[in-house]
Amino acid sequence: MEVCGISNVTLRDFSCEQSLLSRPDGSSSFMQGDTSVLAGVYGPAEVKVSKEIYDRATLEVLIQPKVGLPSVKERSQEQNVRETCEASLLLSLHPRSSLTLVLQVLHDDGSLLSCFLNAACMALMDAGLPMSCLFCGVTCAIAVDGEIITDPTAAQEKECRALLTFAIDSKKCRVMMSSTKGSFSVQELQQCIAISQKASEKIFQFYRDSVQRRYSKNL
Amino acid sequence: MAAGFKTADLLEYYRRFLKENCRPDGRVLLEFRPTTLNIGSISTADGSALVKVGNTTIICGIKAELATPTVEAPGKGYIVPNVDLPPLCSSRFRPGPPGEPAQACSQFIADLIESSEIIQTDDLCVERGKLCWVLYCDLMCLDYDGNLRDACVIALLAALKNTQLPEAVISTETHLPVVDLEKRHGLKVCKHPVASSFCIFDESTLIVDPTDEEENLSTARITVVTEEGDRLCAVHKPGGMSLSGQKLQECINRATVRQKEIQKLTDKVLSSVKTS
Repeated sequence: MEVCGISNVTLRDFSCEQSLLSRPDGSSSFMQGDTSVLAGVYGPAEVKVSKEIYDRATLEVLIQPKVGLPSVKERSQEQNVRETCEASLLLSLHPRSSLTLVLQVLHDDGSLLSCFLNAACMALMDAGLPMSCLFCGVTCAIAVDGEIITDPTAAQEKECRALLTFAIDSKKCRVMMSSTKGSFSVQELQQCIAISQKASEKIFQFYRDSVQRRYSKNL
Repeated sequence: MAAGFKTADLLEYYRRFLKENCRPDGRVLLEFRPTTLNIGSISTADGSALVKVGNTTIICGIKAELATPTVEAPGKGYIVPNVDLPPLCSSRFRPGPPGEPAQACSQFIADLIESSEIIQTDDLCVERGKLCWVLYCDLMCLDYDGNLRDACVIALLAALKNTQLPEAVISTETHLPVVDLEKRHGLKVCKHPVASSFCIFDESTLIVDPTDEEENLSTARITVVTEEGDRLCAVHKPGGMSLSGQKLQECINRATVRQKEIQKLTDKVLSSVKTS
């Protein structure tokens, strides 16, 4: 397990572990502060005829909440994660097959959607699926006084005026996904995107360190 | 010839049009389809609206019911939106429980109601901790031809502005709610958010108000919701091709113009309903 503290654009302590489950083809657990998500990837495997796409793989994302059954909120998060993964995975290399990504919430202490994205990316990487680029999730909260907090905790999320989550790609550092809550000005939006892009550099560096350390251990 | 080309390679067919800055249905890139609005079409509902954006048709009905407020918010009523995509509207949807598109759209509308505070939920409270109004907003798609979200937001806003709530009080003698159906008053709708959806073709071409075909062919979709005073209340991009800040600004600028157009349209239709 690796832990690293990130300063400047303040993010909470990140930690990540890969290949911790034996059954899935790729797995990861990702922690941002106290928020923790477990991800497992199965595939490429056989696909149900009704879901088959003739020129690419079918990706299915399942989000399991900590308690109870997935609701409408999880469905909309599933859509966000799935379409982000679809854009970065090279699905046309596995036509007529299925990929399943399961995300299990272990603990929610804010910035959950960004933690889903980070865990998903690490699990896809662990499964060795071909991707055109990596992606990471960053959550920004705009406080009542206009201050922008990156990677907020649940308490900070509750107090804030607006909450914005972005997925940033590693190739050009541009916005792949955006999901917002609350009202904000155009200027604030552009500011949040700029901060997220800055934060994404740190997260990608963390990805790199984490994978490097893992493979150097195995050698 | 053109029909054969379209069947053989739909994407290339579209690219040829987009290269000339127009689309197969005759629109330029940043042009919306004609939008028509009919308010108060369902007489049995407390408020209703029918919206057509090109072929996409959404009907919204609002039903108000009395309930006890939640323990967490005793002084507030609540709004429950629900988007339904029945098999009638497109061959893509099967009967049975709502699929992902319908659920994602319902969540989008619920988030929008919360973030833009269209209605102050305090206004829905009849008596603190005892009685409040619940507004069930049912959005039904009758014809699906892309751009569901824009049409849903227009329908919801128009129906809310059309809603007439009956007067309700808790009787001092029986302690039961008494509703006077004759005395009705309108809801106070404070904000006017309008959604504008965009699609991106081949990394660079930005088009507005996509049809179903265009949505399927595009590499990314984005919905921007703006309200008066150039505030944004949602920038929803579920994934897909990444987008530069400059393109995003283009979307926002177009969305701001659209907001003014739709607000004007809604006000015009509302005043015509009132005078007739």
